[in-house]
Formats: sequence, C-alpha cells, structure tokens
Amino acid sequence: MTQLVKQKLREIIAAQAMVDVADICDATTPQQLGLDSIGLVEAVFAIEEHFDIQVPFNANEPDDPRFDISTVGAMTRAVEALISQNSA
Amino acid sequence: MQQGRLAIGQLDILDVERLTIRIGAAVKSFSPDVHFTKPELAFLDRFSQLALVAAREAIAQSGLLFSGELAEKTGVILGSAGGGMQTQDENYRNVYQDGKNRVHPFVVPRLMHNAAASQISMAFNLLGPTYCVATACASSNHAMGQAFHLIRSGACTAVVTGGADSMLTFGGIKAWEGLRVLSPDGCRPFSATRNGMVLGEGAAVFVFEDYDHARARGADILAEVAGFAMTSDAADIVTPSKSGAARSMRLALKDAALNPEDVGYINAHGTGTMANDKTESAAILDVFGQHAERLMVSSTKSMHGHLIGATGAVELLAAIMALRDGVIAPTIGYQIPDPDCPLDVVPNTARSATVRAVLSNAFAFGGLNAVLALKAI
Repeated sequence: MTQLVKQKLREIIAAQAMVDVADICDATTPQQLGLDSIGLVEAVFAIEEHFDIQVPFNANEPDDPRFDISTVGAMTRAVEALISQNSA
Repeated sequence: MQQGRLAIGQLDILDVERLTIRIGAAVKSFSPDVHFTKPELAFLDRFSQLALVAAREAIAQSGLLFSGELAEKTGVILGSAGGGMQTQDENYRNVYQDGKNRVHPFVVPRLMHNAAASQISMAFNLLGPTYCVATACASSNHAMGQAFHLIRSGACTAVVTGGADSMLTFGGIKAWEGLRVLSPDGCRPFSATRNGMVLGEGAAVFVFEDYDHARARGADILAEVAGFAMTSDAADIVTPSKSGAARSMRLALKDAALNPEDVGYINAHGTGTMANDKTESAAILDVFGQHAERLMVSSTKSMHGHLIGATGAVELLAAIMALRDGVIAPTIGYQIPDPDCPLDVVPNTARSATVRAVLSNAFAFGGLNAVLALKAI
C-alpha cells in the first residue's frame, strides 16, 4: 500500500503545483513547490476524493499536528494513517 | 451585543450529520407565521422574511409615511450575497435528490436576489431606485454606501437600506466547508487562538434620510452617515490585501472630512480567520499610526457570526450604539493576544466611552473593500 499511496500522493501534489512528479521527494515542502494555503486546500480536496478519506485540515491552522503538511513525506504518513483508520 | 451575548450554537438543520462544521449563529425563535400570512409566505424565502421584519421595525421607528413625492424619492437598496438560499437548497433537494419533476411555482420570485428589496418596496409603497447589491461579505456596506450616494446626490430623499442573508443550509455550509476557513468550535477574532469564521444569518435594515429633511420634521436622528469609500484589490479572489483595506479606510475618512485622530471606534471586519485579522490589523496600524493605540477596534462577529451579505448591516448597529449610547461592543471569546493584531479589541466585555466618529469595515472575497464613516449627532 505504502508505495501506491506515496506515488499517487506525489502525482496529486505535482498536478496541483504544476511540476514534474520526478521533481518531488519526501523532503519537498509545499513552499518549495509554490503551494500557498489555497493551493493546499485544493490538493487536500483531491487527496480526500482519491483516497476516500476525511482530512482534518483547516487553512487557519497550518501547523495542526493532526495533519502534518510540512513535507511531502509527512503528508504521505498522515494520509496512510487516515486510510488505515478508515479500514480499521 | 451590549451584553456580549453569544448567538453561536449547534446547528439544527437537515443533514447536519453529513457536515464537518456543525455550529452557526442561527436566528432562533423566529416564527414566520407570527409575521406573515400564508399567501405572503408563499413568496418569501427566509432571507426576505428577515428583511421585511427588520424593515417594518426600522420604518416604524423612523416615523416616515410614504406617499406622493416622498414615496417617489425613496428607494430600497439591500445587500445579499446568497439571496434565496433556503429556497434553492430545498428545491435542488426536491429535483436532484428526491427525483421530483415539479417544483413550487414561486421558486423564482422567492430565490431571486432582489426579492427582499422588492418585497420591502411593495410593502411600503417605495417607488424610487430599488435593487440588490451582491458583493459577498461587503454586500451590505456597498448597499448602504449606494444609499448614501443617492441621498447626497439629491436623487433620493430617503433610502431603506441594509442587508439580509440566510445561508445556514446544508448546501450553504457544505460550500463554505470546502474552503477550509470555518472554525469547528467558535469565532475568536484577533485572538492568537482563532481558527476560522463561523457563519450566521439575519437581517438589519435602516432608513437613511436626507439630513435637512430629517431635521425639518424633527426626526430622532440616530447618527450621521458622513462618508463612504470602496476599493478593489485587483489581486486575489480570496486573500485579503493590506493596501486595499487601508486605501478604503483612508478614502472613507477623506470623504467624511475626518482626521484619523477623530475616530474613536472601528467595527472591524474581524472574521476570525488567520489572514483577515492579521491583514486588517496591519491596515489599521498603517492608516492610524500612533492613534491606533488609543483606538478601540472590535469584531462583533464573535457574537453574531459572519452574516456574509448582511454582516455590514448588523455591524452598523454596533457602530450606532457606540455613537449614540456610548457603549462599545466587545470582541468576545478573546483568549490570548496575537502579536500580529496589536490593537485594543475591547476584549470580552462592553465598555463605556464617548466617541464622535466611527468606521465600519467590510472586506469581501473578490478583493472588494467597503468602508462607512459615521459621526455622532
């Protein structure tokens, strides 16, 4: 599951940031990709739609630990956790 | 607002369990049947009902009776961002969800944005310029600014103006939820612990009247609308701009022939989002400089929520209360100061103070800013 989630998440973020998937790694930050809060809101929507999960993301609280958006790697782990909660 | 009472609570609407955000400032204990007959209600979305009841109160208080030339020179300009949202929600549900092939014949006259303004003009024989302004969160301020301009130009003797909105519906909240700017637990403007806005609903209506006309008839004048300004950021569809907000406040002061030091109170837009409160604070510091330290700035959205197209009208009540009653409405729910909002936000309890001039801010999505300046009589 991990590889699939990782790859799909990168594709979603790449599409939102309009960059090549190959340019994204775990350490990449939203700032490096030029994703502002409204860009993140749209990316979160695409993530929810694709993985059929509910992401606890509030644009007013970008540092909320419930969904760590600091790097792509952190987002991958957060999405995996939400998916496993869903299937639990 | 004087008592700092909170109107935000758990929502009781259809399908609330499918919402992530379940709080709002709903108008409670409003029984349409008490105010309207059944045939009247067939034409009235909730936003029109609220507007009509507010208009009845305002016009009764003004003491004006509309006939002859006065009727011809009185208009109605209301702000509404959503129009008949309850009607839309209910009827989309009927045709899309329930598969019905028929809707009530009056869906269109109920949901149109100008329905409330037209209903008020019909109820009181107001024959002058009548229309609705829809500029999201600035709708009411734009509407009242237009009313002010019509009177100042001599085109109208009086204008019934304000705003009405009622979008506490499943679809209305679902749309806002998507933007991820709503708070799940409360509206705490300017507080470091703020985490978003809370939707409200309602209406507020005023009778704006030519000063000499009002004086001549011995009217009880509540306050003087002294100036108005509107600007566009021409920048971003959702992110507020410090310079656009500052420019509108400066222009409103200039239009009212006020110096920054003359202003004692600002009813802030103060939505409780990270972006608005920070940007608005910076704009106020920019316009008022040193005087910002002595200026009281509160957001009454902490109590009545964000009424979107009606918010400026309800907030004008706080501006008038400051001028007329010497009571500054508080920003309730204030917990921890935010260094990005270094203002006297009149935290948590109302304050007695004499102020001679006030501003009322509204900054809308779309980068539209509308600021009213009022003076005490």
